[in-house]
Amino acid sequence: MNTSEYWTIALNQQFRLIATLASSIRDLLPIVLVVAFFQLVVLQQPLPAFGNLLVGFLCVWLGLAFFIRGLEQALFPLGESIAFAFARKANIFWLLFFAFALGFGTTIAEPALIAITKVAAEVAAGGGIIENHKEALDSYALGLRLTVAFSVGLAIVIGVLRIIKGWPIQYLIIGGYICVVIMTLFAPPEIIGIAYDSGGVTTSTVTVPLVTALGIGLAESIKGRNSMIDGFGLIAFASLTPMIFVMAYGLVI
Amino acid sequence: MRELPQLLWETGSSTVADVLPIAAIIFGFHLLILRQRIPNLKSVLIGFLYVLIGLTLFLVGLEESLFPLGKLMAQQLTDPEFIRGTTTAVSDGLRWHDYKWVYLFSAAIGFATTIAEPALIAIAIKAHNLSGGAITVWGLRVAVAIGVAIGIMLGTFRIISGTPLYYYIITGYLIVVIQTLYAPRTIIALAYDSGGVTTSTVTVPIVAALGLGLATTVPGRSALLDGFGLIAFASLFPIITVMGYAQVGAWWLRRDAKRRKAPAGK
Repeated sequence: MNTSEYWTIALNQQFRLIATLASSIRDLLPIVLVVAFFQLVVLQQPLPAFGNLLVGFLCVWLGLAFFIRGLEQALFPLGESIAFAFARKANIFWLLFFAFALGFGTTIAEPALIAITKVAAEVAAGGGIIENHKEALDSYALGLRLTVAFSVGLAIVIGVLRIIKGWPIQYLIIGGYICVVIMTLFAPPEIIGIAYDSGGVTTSTVTVPLVTALGIGLAESIKGRNSMIDGFGLIAFASLTPMIFVMAYGLVI
Repeated sequence: MRELPQLLWETGSSTVADVLPIAAIIFGFHLLILRQRIPNLKSVLIGFLYVLIGLTLFLVGLEESLFPLGKLMAQQLTDPEFIRGTTTAVSDGLRWHDYKWVYLFSAAIGFATTIAEPALIAIAIKAHNLSGGAITVWGLRVAVAIGVAIGIMLGTFRIISGTPLYYYIITGYLIVVIQTLYAPRTIIALAYDSGGVTTSTVTVPIVAALGLGLATTVPGRSALLDGFGLIAFASLFPIITVMGYAQVGAWWLRRDAKRRKAPAGK
């Protein structure tokens, strides 16, 4: 690569970052409008600590633009390249093992999950399900975290199997819904709200692009699969299984 | 309030700790088990750096601006004093319809935070590329955001009225099942996915604050029992609106095709 080519690429990258910055401002505009309207018109309060707000907003804006660039440059290509590599090697065991590791590994350290399991332990102690001292609370919270992480790992495994086999997604998801409804009838009422919410908090900002790219890459490299119909759906499983498993946890403990 | 450099450092290190296991799993499998080189390694590594910088700045910025402000607003809007001031009724206790600004706020903030949700942008970019442009990035994002808005508004109504969570969720499931029978096949998996991506970084803290604020101020509600459930609403209703978006799109195309056919048939 000669110098002028190098500079063209470097400039191109700078240009892309600037273009992303421009589009990120549109992504954030609705928040600014909503906050300003409610603060100034409805609540009729001045904006507190305006300097902090401005600095914070600049950080959000830059951060979003950087993240989107990183997404297209690292997370999407990585997810796809690993899917292609697995498809070429055709080793189902390792693929499923990888799927489980990805689901479990990305969920166990998820800050939102750690926060919600702590509150869940307090709810359980308040309801008299466990004893109200630190050890019991901690072990309940950790058990819940492991349960959710395991269920997400299992979800990605089922999702990947489904892509390989070409099973229609709706039967599996509706089957899952039926499970949720049945479990709701039997689970202790204290756990239901937490179980329903835990489905939503498991999928973090880094996991979603990676897992989506993995699914689409698999669907593209397997003959007879359509990337729209078969490629999506992994996230859906990852938000469904935690509900079932958390309610099961509530039943067992 | 903590100083900015300290906040940057703390958030940065926790982001690294969050992303590191993921990177280790991916690179580990790629190099040790698949024994293949990663294509464009340099560009991928720079991209990973962008992800780390981006997430750190994003979270620090939220912590400095939107989160404290949003939580403060949620508190003020759910304050019984404020709500009494907005109604003309002689107050012998507040009724569900006295909370109109709370409903409007929950819908508006749900919509706005969903538009800014990075994971949703990622899914929308992919869907746009794969559908050959039939699904637009903004079309999908707006459809999802409307779903979240409806969901969170209903969720706040549930907390205020004190009805059981599962009534709503099970009704929502029924609608999803019926829609699945009629929706275009290509949208189904994407619609199911969009339920899970709506609630990651931006939406959850604000919505949780709103739920907690309501559950503590509405008489007869327990913060621990009734504060939960808003996230579940926010992940269910986008499925309905995304399938609806595709159904309206398909209906539009059919109508267009009919119109174009009609003069030729004469």
